Amino acid sequence: MNRILPVLTILLAIIAIWYAASVWMNAPWQTRLNERADLANVPFTEFVAQTWAQDKPVLPSPHQVAGEIWNATIALEPTSKRSLAYHGWITLSATLLGFAFGTSLGVLLAVAIIHNDASDRSLMPWIIASQTVPIVAVAPMLVVGLNAVGLTGLVPKALISMYLSFFPVVVGMVKGLRSPEGIQLDLLRTYDATPWQAFWKLRWPAAMPFLFASMKVGIAISLIGAIVAELSNTAGGGLGVRLLTGSVNGQTVQIWAALFIAAGLAAVLVAVVGRAEHMVNRRMGVRA
Amino acid sequence: MEASSLGLTFPAGDGDIVALSDVNLTIDKGEFVSFIGPSGCGKTTFLRAIADLEKPTSGTLTVNGQTPENARKDRAYGYVFQAAALYPWRTIEDNVALPLEIMGYGSADRAERVRRTLALVNLSGFEKKYPWQLSGGMQQRASIARALSFDADLLLMDEPFGALDEIVRDHLNSELLKLWARTEKTICFVTHSIPEAVYLSTKIVVMSPRPGRVTDVIVSTLPRERPLDIRETPEFLEIAARVRDGLRAGHSYEEVV
Amino acid sequence: MSRTLSMLQLYLALIAGGCGLLGLAASLPTIGAAPLMLIFFAVSALSLLRLVLPWSFWLDGVLAVLGAWALIASLPAEGLMPLHHWLALIASWAFAWLFVERLAAAIRAGKLPETGTGLVIPLIFGLALIVIWEVVTRGASVSPVLLPAPSAIATRFAASTGILWADFVQTFIKSVIPGYVIGCVAGLLVAIAVDRSPFLKAGIMPIGNFMSALPIIGIAPIMVMWFGFDWQSKAAVVVAMTFFPMLVNTVAGLNAASTIERDLMSTYAASYRQTLMKLRLPAAGPFIFNALKINSTLALIGAIVAEFFGTPVVGMGFRISTGVGRLAIDLVWAEIAVAAIAGSAFYGVIALIERGVTFWHPSVRGGRT
Repeated sequence: MNRILPVLTILLAIIAIWYAASVWMNAPWQTRLNERADLANVPFTEFVAQTWAQDKPVLPSPHQVAGEIWNATIALEPTSKRSLAYHGWITLSATLLGFAFGTSLGVLLAVAIIHNDASDRSLMPWIIASQTVPIVAVAPMLVVGLNAVGLTGLVPKALISMYLSFFPVVVGMVKGLRSPEGIQLDLLRTYDATPWQAFWKLRWPAAMPFLFASMKVGIAISLIGAIVAELSNTAGGGLGVRLLTGSVNGQTVQIWAALFIAAGLAAVLVAVVGRAEHMVNRRMGVRA
Repeated sequence: MEASSLGLTFPAGDGDIVALSDVNLTIDKGEFVSFIGPSGCGKTTFLRAIADLEKPTSGTLTVNGQTPENARKDRAYGYVFQAAALYPWRTIEDNVALPLEIMGYGSADRAERVRRTLALVNLSGFEKKYPWQLSGGMQQRASIARALSFDADLLLMDEPFGALDEIVRDHLNSELLKLWARTEKTICFVTHSIPEAVYLSTKIVVMSPRPGRVTDVIVSTLPRERPLDIRETPEFLEIAARVRDGLRAGHSYEEVV
Repeated sequence: MSRTLSMLQLYLALIAGGCGLLGLAASLPTIGAAPLMLIFFAVSALSLLRLVLPWSFWLDGVLAVLGAWALIASLPAEGLMPLHHWLALIASWAFAWLFVERLAAAIRAGKLPETGTGLVIPLIFGLALIVIWEVVTRGASVSPVLLPAPSAIATRFAASTGILWADFVQTFIKSVIPGYVIGCVAGLLVAIAVDRSPFLKAGIMPIGNFMSALPIIGIAPIMVMWFGFDWQSKAAVVVAMTFFPMLVNTVAGLNAASTIERDLMSTYAASYRQTLMKLRLPAAGPFIFNALKINSTLALIGAIVAEFFGTPVVGMGFRISTGVGRLAIDLVWAEIAVAAIAGSAFYGVIALIERGVTFWHPSVRGGRT
């Protein structure tokens, strides 16, 4: 209970500030509207209500956004092109595919790195450098380039997600696979265990907590990758496309709704991985 | 330092834990007092109460004739923890200067005191080293220098040599005695080693657990000048036996085993 | 010497030598067409002698370089590369790998110093990638729309430094730097303020953690509406993206000081300010630098993506999105090269400062990363 109370307080404060800000930010436009309609002396309460109900507000009020989310998900057929559930699904599938690619690539690279000194030395610096390259810069080009060879739809987006999400997995897994101490490795040597056995009996289980911690980071940036990739491929749909069309048409309520759906998606994905992490950690005897 | 019917209770989920109950003790200026007992007997808690890191829940405690809080604000004591707790981002000399900076000493005064106290613990020449470049024994000596640097009359030491090996420990014990003779400070020393307590102290306070209380106070008859081999004399062994008896009387052994 | 080769190294040596032998045979009909290539094939075939004679790994390195040189020198101006030249690509790649393998083994065995030679390995890997990229794109006539050759990108880079510089100033100097500084400083200050109140901390931390996992980049269109097309909106996106990682990391860092260290300050009757300045902020240093490093990449991403939503006609994001539309892919790659250099340099500077400031931390003391 005493963990929820502070969070609730802050959330309520944020919503209150939001309402106040939407009055303040929408007021100039509302005043001009009222002047044009020759509405003089609008009572303050009515004026506030007006600012919270504009068509294309500068800052939509929380209930407008909530209403739009409701209308665009529950109230619409999920197959409709205007449904956020439809676009959310497109983004989610690209995210998950990219995340699966990224995690596999990350694990494979990590295994190569810990077993081979040369690949450690040649790959690791470039893996780190690859993350300082703003990948999104490559996104539009990758989408266009892959289009040219006939790859469209999910895969180009998933590749961007993969590029973003493999990094935390490599770094985490290298750390994890190296985490067994010398005496533990020596113990296996006294049993004359093969490298293969040492890997599956010691290194792999020892790396599990690290893998899940990295996957939590990976899934979140995987979603970012998918959304950014969608910005350069408007035909395919997805939450990124809704952001872009909303921005072009000035549909602020639509932008905010898409944003919140994306946030919700991120929260659910991270929570799912977090849950899995918790379960695995319990199995591995790690105290949370 | 004076405590009368001192009690301290920690609230806990399943009933309160009585860490100290009815402790009466007087420590005079210039004494070297050891607190000995099994873990959980409240010796560290008592030291922390003197240092105002814990608040007693009953009884009175005065340090230099004032409350522990005022004594702390007066910077009346130096405290040496179980671990050296040196800041890794500061050199040895800057670590020793830390309390001086906080207490607002001028930079010339600081440099002089750092030089003097480092010489006192035989660490001259290591001023520019970082803590992680020193051995465990040297780190603990540096932390003693840090506690000495601002010339408090009272030195509180909480198992300062507990984490060190026996050889280093013997060496530091004899150094500590020399230091005590040179500086004439009052020292309160928590330990769980009987030879260490007997070797160092003028007064040994034996404590026992559940609830934490004083079972015996033994005044040492050993001379102030103590070479390391004094530990093989009959007199030394006799005091050690008394300490062991005190511990047994407090049922300490049953509890420990 | 041959006995010192591991299994992997032996296979690589056989591949390299075998390709040399095959290539030599295939070159004989057109002898004189590509003399350098012929020499490379011949020496590669000779390298099979390592099975009976000592063969220094430096020779492998020289052969890898020779192979790369021969390949690039004999690339056709137009059309496909002769088929047997691909053998040279495989051979020189195998030589490079072999060289790196044996060099790493030598460093590990302590025969060579770590510093200097340690740098050579990743450098060789990077150069090998560029050579393969160049040879494949030009040798197989890959459409420049799909992937231009590095040389074409370099030419374009050199020809359009003016445009690239203007874009760099717009995106990096005007948007990234101010946004980064404001976001990080704000995160740091809020963290210090929040830290004093357990209630606020308990309320803000879960939300801050949650926010750092969100695709905050999505607020870019909103910021463009609020702050206009110019750099202000991009800086605002960068502020929003960098704020939460800094907040979360700093709060965690302020709790990093151990109980003993805090008790020590308390025995000195140190004030809140003194404890903060002398103990808790220095102890939080590694965490703060971690956030600074994460943020350095986030900031550049934020600014570039925000430019996809509308800009004046300058800026790296703008150039990339319009370049893709006009199929000027080499310019886009040049822009990406600028972004990569800027991003790496930014990260590198922060990492260097970190090394200087938190030299005492075990992760920095420990050696290489």
